[in-house]
Amino acid sequence: MKPSLEWQIATVKAIKSENARVKTFTLALPDWSKHRPGQHYDVRLTAPDGYQAQRSYSIASEPERSGEIDLTVEFLEDGEVSSYLHEVMTVGDQIEVRGPIGGYFVWEATMGGPLLLVAGGSGVAPLMSMIRHRAAAGSRIPARLLYSSRTPDHVIYADELERLQNAGDGLEIFHTFTRQAPEGWTGYARRIDNQMLSEVSGPLGKMALTYVCGPTLLVEAVANGLVQIGMAPNLIRTERFGPTGDIV
Amino acid sequence: METIQSDMNRALMLDGNAAAGILTEIFAVEMTTNLAECAHCGCQGEMGTLLAFTQAPGLVLRCRDCENIVMRIVQAPGAIYLDMRGMAFLRLERALV
Amino acid sequence: MAEKFISRGFFGKRRQAEAADRVPPGQYVTPDFPVLSAGPTPRVDLKQWTFAIEGLVGQPAQWSWEEFLQLPAQPFVVDIHCVTKWSKLDTRWEGVNIDTLFERVDIDPRAKFVTAFCDGGYTTNLPLEDIINGQGFIGYKYDGRPLAPEHGGPARLVVPHLYFWKSAKWVRGLRLMEADRPGFWESLGYHNRGDPWQEQRYWSD
Repeated sequence: MKPSLEWQIATVKAIKSENARVKTFTLALPDWSKHRPGQHYDVRLTAPDGYQAQRSYSIASEPERSGEIDLTVEFLEDGEVSSYLHEVMTVGDQIEVRGPIGGYFVWEATMGGPLLLVAGGSGVAPLMSMIRHRAAAGSRIPARLLYSSRTPDHVIYADELERLQNAGDGLEIFHTFTRQAPEGWTGYARRIDNQMLSEVSGPLGKMALTYVCGPTLLVEAVANGLVQIGMAPNLIRTERFGPTGDIV
Repeated sequence: METIQSDMNRALMLDGNAAAGILTEIFAVEMTTNLAECAHCGCQGEMGTLLAFTQAPGLVLRCRDCENIVMRIVQAPGAIYLDMRGMAFLRLERALV
Repeated sequence: MAEKFISRGFFGKRRQAEAADRVPPGQYVTPDFPVLSAGPTPRVDLKQWTFAIEGLVGQPAQWSWEEFLQLPAQPFVVDIHCVTKWSKLDTRWEGVNIDTLFERVDIDPRAKFVTAFCDGGYTTNLPLEDIINGQGFIGYKYDGRPLAPEHGGPARLVVPHLYFWKSAKWVRGLRLMEADRPGFWESLGYHNRGDPWQEQRYWSD
């Protein structure tokens, strides 16, 4: 059984800009332990006067990548921690973290499928861990990601998702755009609604393992919608991220 | 469960998963998959399904069905205070080792 | 004892520099108005809303929303201090002074404490002497506009000289009592009185 959580000092190995407001931080952990896709780490910052700020960030990387984790963080206007990560932290810096944490919002290939993933905005991060793990594990479990973004510029991991879909191992990606779709787009271009959920989840059946992550209000609307269209409620797991302004 | 877009307090709401860190600190094991029963309405669910209000002087976990308080946690400098009156029972799965 | 790890270049929330005599120990001033809540926003139908004063009074008093708005109201400009360490200066409210309400009831001499009770089940307790003589009001307007639901609207108790958890949101009445009864946070580790100037945050303070 895992011992209690301890803080450890991680080192920033790489920083990647996913888009204009989202960055992925690769952290090398001296005390890395294999996480389960969907878990998160707590991050803690300490000012010289002792003031501390703590936040939780989902692990975006797969557990098969040992010794390090990826945290994908959206820059929030009033974000005390996200602004530090985006504007101050550089490669080589150290940061206190503890984890991995969480057992409820977790999917591993050994749990089976089919797998339905629904993401709003930066809520795609923990689902990406699941998707990357699925690929690394060589799983062919049917999986679909429904990913809601405001505009194409808001999408995170766009190229990687396309590449993974093209691998032809049973993963399908459905984007929807709520503010502005790409030129010539023939896919979904509206907020997630029951019709969309029906169409995307249909081939997976009513007993799909379902994970919904994003702003609280989006997650609530989607979870309610999934139950309304007949998905098994006890197979739906949610991770609310709190408010990020409008529903994406 | 209805969601009102203008409800800022609801928008701040998270899942029981958000309490995973402090629960592990207190119970020394991963808690979000452990079963709890709401003392108010009898609804049973994993702790991860509880509604978590973290932006407050203390952490408040509520039943996802009736929204009554299942558990409260206050982290004071010298001590952690726990109120579990809202929980009819908590089931702690034994480790398989 | 291990040295605490310091994050390079991290200094914390924006803090406004303010005169030290306006900021209690351990607080920082924020230009924001953070929303803190122990639950979802109670939904209130103003046609059903009432405010009551009950308990150790000659006769309980109750006002409907319309009646409450007819009561003499005042502007208040006060500093507020939350136990979670933020303070906000010069907040502008409009509401009814508690003294105005208490004038309309006969308070029993045995009454020494007050419990504020609210939609959603929240309660907080204070000594009667901490809420009278201009120290408390029921606020229903903030910054010139009706008090927003997430901040306690339609009406909240405001007792600015104590930590802001005592300024109960969605207040529906005050109960006058002989014995003190710790409220929602006071019963789980938070200080019974909560004077920010003496940093009375927790039981051990």
